[in-house]
Amino acid sequence: MKLSLGALQYYWPRQTIFDFYQAIAASPVDIIYLGETVCSRRHELRLSDWIDIADLMRDSGKEAVLSTQVLLESGIEVSAMHKVTGNPDYLIEANDMGAVQRLSAAQRPFVGGLHLNIYNQPALTWLASLGATRWVAPLEMKHQDLSALIQDGPKDLQTEVFAYGRMPLAFSARCFTARQRNLPKDDCQFACMDHPDGLMLKTRESEDFLVLNGIQTQSARVHNLIDELPRMQSMGVAVARISPQAQHTHEILALFDAVRRGTLAPHDARTQLQPLVPDQSCNGYWHGQPGLDLVETQTLATA
Amino acid sequence: MHAPTLTPTPEAAAPANAPLPFELVCPAGSLPALKAAVDNGASCVYLGLRDATNARNFAGLNFDEAAIASGIAYAHARGCKVFMALNTYPQAANPAPWRAAVDKAVDLGVDAVILADPGLMQYAAQHHPRLRLHLSVQGSATSADAINFYREQFGIVRAVLPRVLAMEQVRRVIDRTPVEIEVFGFGSLCVMVEGRCALSSYVTGESPNTHGVCSPPKSVRWQETPKGLESRLNGVLIDRYAPGENAGYPTLCKGRFDVAEDKNYYAIEEPTSLNTLELLPELMKIGVRAVKIEGRQRSPAYAAQVTKVWREAIDNCLADPLRYSPKTAWMASLDEVAEGQQHTLGAYHRPWK
Repeated sequence: MKLSLGALQYYWPRQTIFDFYQAIAASPVDIIYLGETVCSRRHELRLSDWIDIADLMRDSGKEAVLSTQVLLESGIEVSAMHKVTGNPDYLIEANDMGAVQRLSAAQRPFVGGLHLNIYNQPALTWLASLGATRWVAPLEMKHQDLSALIQDGPKDLQTEVFAYGRMPLAFSARCFTARQRNLPKDDCQFACMDHPDGLMLKTRESEDFLVLNGIQTQSARVHNLIDELPRMQSMGVAVARISPQAQHTHEILALFDAVRRGTLAPHDARTQLQPLVPDQSCNGYWHGQPGLDLVETQTLATA
Repeated sequence: MHAPTLTPTPEAAAPANAPLPFELVCPAGSLPALKAAVDNGASCVYLGLRDATNARNFAGLNFDEAAIASGIAYAHARGCKVFMALNTYPQAANPAPWRAAVDKAVDLGVDAVILADPGLMQYAAQHHPRLRLHLSVQGSATSADAINFYREQFGIVRAVLPRVLAMEQVRRVIDRTPVEIEVFGFGSLCVMVEGRCALSSYVTGESPNTHGVCSPPKSVRWQETPKGLESRLNGVLIDRYAPGENAGYPTLCKGRFDVAEDKNYYAIEEPTSLNTLELLPELMKIGVRAVKIEGRQRSPAYAAQVTKVWREAIDNCLADPLRYSPKTAWMASLDEVAEGQQHTLGAYHRPWK
């Protein structure tokens, strides 16, 4: 099973982003998704910068993939998506059906992103027929359903699972980070930059609940399937995705790598991972429960 | 095989220079609501089956087969169309109910089905080639690229836009697609892109995409406490009301929360309704073909009141768009049934953001 690093969800300073990926080049991760997927006002890096990073990743022996923005509203955003999908050098992760249209029309293979809402066999078969070589299962999907889809699905289609990170639960036209500062979205003063892991929203009982990340709303709890990696391997999941966070991404990748290689027991990995997780862990979706639940599971023997 | 259901659309028979029809699409959560909408001037009503195949899967709502048959007869006799919403995503373990629902819609003679799932669209297009397909708002299609793609793949003839585009962005989409565009005109405001929001299942295990519900009633608990009346979703505190304060349904994005130094505020969205009555001339001018009223979970009285106002407004605007402006009485009537008794232009209006 391969490990991937999902596209950066946050707005970090330019040099921080370059330094981050420089370090990632030396990590055990196999696939790196690159590009701005959340908000077009975030432009510390242009597409050409992301392609430079992709080149660096390729030179380091990794597979680089360019990701498109999830929510397209303006003409400028649609044009930006056209530029990404028009890049001939890298595989593209399509994060909306407009991007799928461009890639299938160009007869290019692509990755069907997390937000395409592929929940069943006919939809999955259809996506593969358009040229998808890999797809990312919806967050909400329980492992039993996923297992059935993998078993009966298109044989050449790889399945990727969002295995670690704060979950991107929703997207809006409204920027909640700007709203919290009483700023209009069009003059947000790049408030996201002050929140390298997003801005915490708590209930009135001071319980961490959601994370505001510009137009995206994330879970406060961190989806964490490290002890499910053996099960994923036996199910035929091809790729486990780790979502970048401001601190400890490198160590987190190393722990996932050790588990997939069988050199660290899943249970021990979970214990070692815990101090690196910025909030409580959760895994409810994987077990058919509310996403914020933490289900204690008996881990399978390493496959 | 099922009998074809389509009657020629009115525009097919109209002269080439006639203005395109502008439809008022109204919610029918029950047979009485359907009749109320039809009687008050709906061009079309939309309804759903009593199960997870549609995005308003609440107890006591929606239709069984007999009610649909009688609703269709009632509507068609009065020149009103009936759409069936099958706009949740068929779940992996058992997509059969959704396919059966498409077959049922055809048998019953609905005028269109409103779908979100590409697998289901493919089924409908292959098995019922004359059935009119509308892309649901749950399909999250915000660009002409995406909408044209569904047309090319499955022959959709109409798309409902998510409530996230500004007026100029709606115009841009219309200019680039032959697919009819339907927009939301009134009702509860989904502040997230429809079809891309899992907040509900994060808390309760059920969401619009998977179960056709948001913040489902079975997960709601109300509790009187010394600090005030509390509403909880699966244990998570969504809101707490001061004595005498009106308590609203705990839709989780409309709760009050703490963010940094800001305490107890509507960090995501206030309880408010979308109301685009004042945008009608502009919507017609840019080529919007239908306006949708939200609210299948609301009462027949709601369906009657909102449909009546919108019918009058649309007729006024069609007769004289240049002199049109929303009447105070219309706005007051709509505010009466609006969430929190207040309204917004939502994303159509740039400063909303």
